[in-house]
Amino acid sequence: MTVADTHRAILAVWRIEQARLIAVLARMTRDISLAEELAQEALVTALERWPDTGVPQKPGAWLLATAKRRAIDHFRRDKMLERKHAALVHELETEQDATPDLDAALDDDIGDDMLRLIFTACHPMLSREARAALTLRMIAGLTTGEIARAFLTSEATIAQRIVRAKRTLSESGLAYETPRGQELAQRLASVLGVIYLIFNEGYAATAGDDWMRPQLCEEALRLGRILASLAPREPEAHGLLSLMELHASRTAARTTAAGEPVLLLEQNRASWDRLLIQRGLAALAHAQELGGASGFYTLQAAIVACHARAPTAAATDWTRIAALYAELASLAPSPVVELNRAVAVAMAEGAQAGLDIVDRLAEEPALKRYHLLPGVRGDLLFKLGRHSEARIAFDHAAALATNRRERDLMLKRAREASAAQ
Amino acid sequence: MRYMYLVKSACSGPPPQRLMEEIGKLAEREMKAGTVVDMGGLMPLAMGARVRLAGGKVDVIDGPFAEAKEVIGGYAIFEFKTREEALASAVEFMNLHKEYGEGWEGECEMRQLAQSPPP
Repeated sequence: MTVADTHRAILAVWRIEQARLIAVLARMTRDISLAEELAQEALVTALERWPDTGVPQKPGAWLLATAKRRAIDHFRRDKMLERKHAALVHELETEQDATPDLDAALDDDIGDDMLRLIFTACHPMLSREARAALTLRMIAGLTTGEIARAFLTSEATIAQRIVRAKRTLSESGLAYETPRGQELAQRLASVLGVIYLIFNEGYAATAGDDWMRPQLCEEALRLGRILASLAPREPEAHGLLSLMELHASRTAARTTAAGEPVLLLEQNRASWDRLLIQRGLAALAHAQELGGASGFYTLQAAIVACHARAPTAAATDWTRIAALYAELASLAPSPVVELNRAVAVAMAEGAQAGLDIVDRLAEEPALKRYHLLPGVRGDLLFKLGRHSEARIAFDHAAALATNRRERDLMLKRAREASAAQ
Repeated sequence: MRYMYLVKSACSGPPPQRLMEEIGKLAEREMKAGTVVDMGGLMPLAMGARVRLAGGKVDVIDGPFAEAKEVIGGYAIFEFKTREEALASAVEFMNLHKEYGEGWEGECEMRQLAQSPPP
């Protein structure tokens, strides 16, 4: 094995162990910045020693032991810190002596530690972007460079964002603990929001984008799986996971070989990933069993599940989808949800029924510049044989479209409407 | 990238209790790390069957298979970013067998799942 090979192998082990290491160290030191630093120092030591000694049989335990020794050194270096953390230093030293078999330390359930780390990284006092960056850095183990490429920004920007976020957290005087009770619900919502933000960023990637962008979907899926397994009684954790697994199941079908987007109803369902669909449906069932059927993410997952279950577009249960959108609308009213409901109602009950809903949205300020409003309207008008009105609507949609592909699609439909007149 | 792992062995008989516990702990850790896509054990060969095409004939052969040397006992599918991570995971799994397997010998074959070409 070359030195480069060994380094790659060590980094691979590191990637696997990193988050758990930081989680345990953060619990011990109550300081996530310090925890990350100590974990990094352990990595440096590993890179120095393991090429000679080989990768240890229990690499995680080795790294933790090393990091703990550095923690003691760190606290010793500063008399004030040493006093403040006297109890902790003592605990660490006693542990070091009494437990030659350090395997136990990491095998012990660190679920709580990891959960605490996730909740801290996703704290609502930080901006959305800061939460995402911190989560990707500390839990997903992405490098600053990888995060920057994923979010189409510079490494310096991300580095700064992370530094500021950590500073905000440490200056806040926040006790490093897991939220409970009422607070837990809010904080969980924040975590779910961050994970979904990361997923959507990846989902929006288009052909030709840096590979790190669609990779964000995998990272979000992994974070979602971690959360669902650490908080198994939270229905929305399973609901979000379901939503992401089901969306991700269509990845191979979403674009043509040339990179053009394919609408869901026109996708080749044979290339939908059955394993992800299975996992998604199982997670949805789990969320519903836990009583979370009306949750924000669970409802959205239930809608996507209707598509996933249909062997063909024609077999789609539009009535069910329309009903679910109605439920979603009453939980989280929004003009976009209402527009989606209109589409489902049109499929279930006929174009006129859908158009009635769409027309009620005509004056909605939030949809004034949303190209899908005239786009949907045009589609329904076309189905009703009102071709000249359809053409006008599609032209309007083309003018509002935010990218070339959307615009081309709307112009194409306008031409079809024109030809049908 | 998804990787499939097939665990094969010529050793028969129930695995040692301690080994099962340790494998269980590792599996739990991996599930909590969000890397597990699917995993499962396979029922004994005696319950299986082989459908073989040879010499222009399709034959059904019920288990157990007399000439079976190495038997696949279980499979797993994991999601990893790199081949190195996937390997490290398999190495850790086999190290458990070395420590608690009481002489168990076998092989874990790692194969990357074919993906559709990226757009």
